[in-house]
Amino acid sequence: MTRAPRVCRVGLVAALVAAAACRLDARDDYLGDKDPKRFALGHAPAPAELAAQDIDASPSGAGLPAGSGTADQGAAVYAANCATCHGENGEGKPPYPQLLGGPKGDIDFSTDAKIPRTIGNYWPYATTLFDYVRRAMPLTAPGSLTADQTYAVTAYLLSREGVIPPTAQLDAHSLPAVQMPAKSRFVTDDRRGSTGGKNVR
Amino acid sequence: MTEKPITRRTLITGAAVAAGGALLSNLPAGAQQGAAQAPAGAPAATPPVPSADPTKAPGAPTTAVGTRSPFVTPQRAPVGEITGTSLTPLEALSGTITPSDLHFTRIHAGVPTIDPAKHTLLIHGLVDRPIELTLADLKRFPSVTRTHFVECSGNGRVAYRTPKPDMTPQQVDGMVSNSEWTGVPLAALFREVGLKSNADWFLAEGGDACLLARSIPIRKAREDALVVYAQNGEPLRPEQGFPMRLLLPGWEGNTNVKWLRRLKLGSEPFMTRWETSKYTDPLPGGKVRMFSFEMDAKSLITSPAYPERLTGPGWWALSGLAWSGRGKITRVDVSTDGGKRWVEAELLTPLASKALVRFQYMWQWNGNESLLMSRAVDETGYVQPTFAQLRAARGPGTDYHFNSIRAWRVAADGAVTFEANT
Repeated sequence: MTRAPRVCRVGLVAALVAAAACRLDARDDYLGDKDPKRFALGHAPAPAELAAQDIDASPSGAGLPAGSGTADQGAAVYAANCATCHGENGEGKPPYPQLLGGPKGDIDFSTDAKIPRTIGNYWPYATTLFDYVRRAMPLTAPGSLTADQTYAVTAYLLSREGVIPPTAQLDAHSLPAVQMPAKSRFVTDDRRGSTGGKNVR
Repeated sequence: MTEKPITRRTLITGAAVAAGGALLSNLPAGAQQGAAQAPAGAPAATPPVPSADPTKAPGAPTTAVGTRSPFVTPQRAPVGEITGTSLTPLEALSGTITPSDLHFTRIHAGVPTIDPAKHTLLIHGLVDRPIELTLADLKRFPSVTRTHFVECSGNGRVAYRTPKPDMTPQQVDGMVSNSEWTGVPLAALFREVGLKSNADWFLAEGGDACLLARSIPIRKAREDALVVYAQNGEPLRPEQGFPMRLLLPGWEGNTNVKWLRRLKLGSEPFMTRWETSKYTDPLPGGKVRMFSFEMDAKSLITSPAYPERLTGPGWWALSGLAWSGRGKITRVDVSTDGGKRWVEAELLTPLASKALVRFQYMWQWNGNESLLMSRAVDETGYVQPTFAQLRAARGPGTDYHFNSIRAWRVAADGAVTFEANT
């Protein structure tokens, strides 16, 4: 951590007197001048407990579990766990969203909110699909799918959207390598209030 | 005072009979309201029966938990789904604090029932010392109390896409609320675990049935992020994240992760579903903006507004709310002629940063058709845009951050309706 000195929150006189002792830095705001470096509160998490909660999967592949699955295997997982809400062909059943079959290619979604945003045209990272299913799906029994089933249903959905070949097998190595068609659409926030450019962006 | 309502009240109020017997039964109906408690937030089962003269008989006895006057029944507008919203009745409120039971909710997998004795907050990843904190541990840290709004970034979507004249302030913008929050600065918790030099982002994860998770840049922890456990003087309510939630002042509601159970430090964003396929903003030209955290400055007149009706010409107090996710509101202008002429409204103190501000303007209505508008300016100099400006910048199909100027049309007969596209 960088410990660049910053102005204390204490009053000017006190700051002058205590300048040498000022411990507040970029990440130490809100702490009183007499607060210790650490409060030594809480406890170290048990490794098993930490592992049980540490379920996120990143675009780099970090956090993806062992296991694998194919689209063929995923078709059965989808039919049994997903089709009730998302439809047999991923067409969605409001309020449950459409997953598959959105328009492909150069699409300007800002022109019409009704243009379907699906995995193939609006999801920038394949790992997000795995991460979300593992977190939240199916709605009535989240966390009930095995790692193999989650890889398999991810493969099924990506294959149906034409992102990966129907025969592809997904695992912790191959999933992060999947290039999503929508990735190039995404840009970071360029709004800056009025101080960084145009007023409304 | 008549005998009739006393008798009826006594018969329907088992609690009153049990508690006071003959003595209570002799009290006037109004005095028994306290005993005949309806569930909090629910409308009275029977219309209230006011005493003819409440100064001529004793009132109700003390109670364990207070309730609203039976004459006052503000309601959220719930969709009744586990993946839906419940909107704050802005037009029923005064000042700036939203009563906790009327704070809007947006939930993604229902409201969990969490035993605070079993809940923990895990902080790990790129840290020197991972820790797990109980609620009791969290309360041992130095706390701060701050007033901030929370606004869903989808607030105003219906008014943007499918406006109707008979929309109330609640239906137009009811996904903004304002509370006094108490909790621990995230900076203090991060100092406790010691951040690695490459810890530039953190994942905030909730303990609901979708494990809702968002990636947050570390700068927000340096600025003003809090882990809060209390709202308006009491523990958080379940719908607001009991027993603890992340509070990111001025940032879109979804990032204020409720039922917070885990913070994981990382070097890059984790790219969860809620920051990629949702909560991103399609822009003209085909690009999609992500991590659009700050809520742009916005204002809304809450009175007069549909379904109010002005009873005649004369002086009326225009009252409304303004807020900005970038700091303080510095000015609110009001127009009564559809934006031809603007006058500065009065800002009612206190003026807190990233908090709702109440503005008011005394308007002498001449009885002619009028178009009432408000326009907020924040401390960065940002000016709330017109509908046309926002639509040009974002397109008709954009999905979040709808902060354009809102208007109410006042007809010559005093009827007030929502006016779109201003």
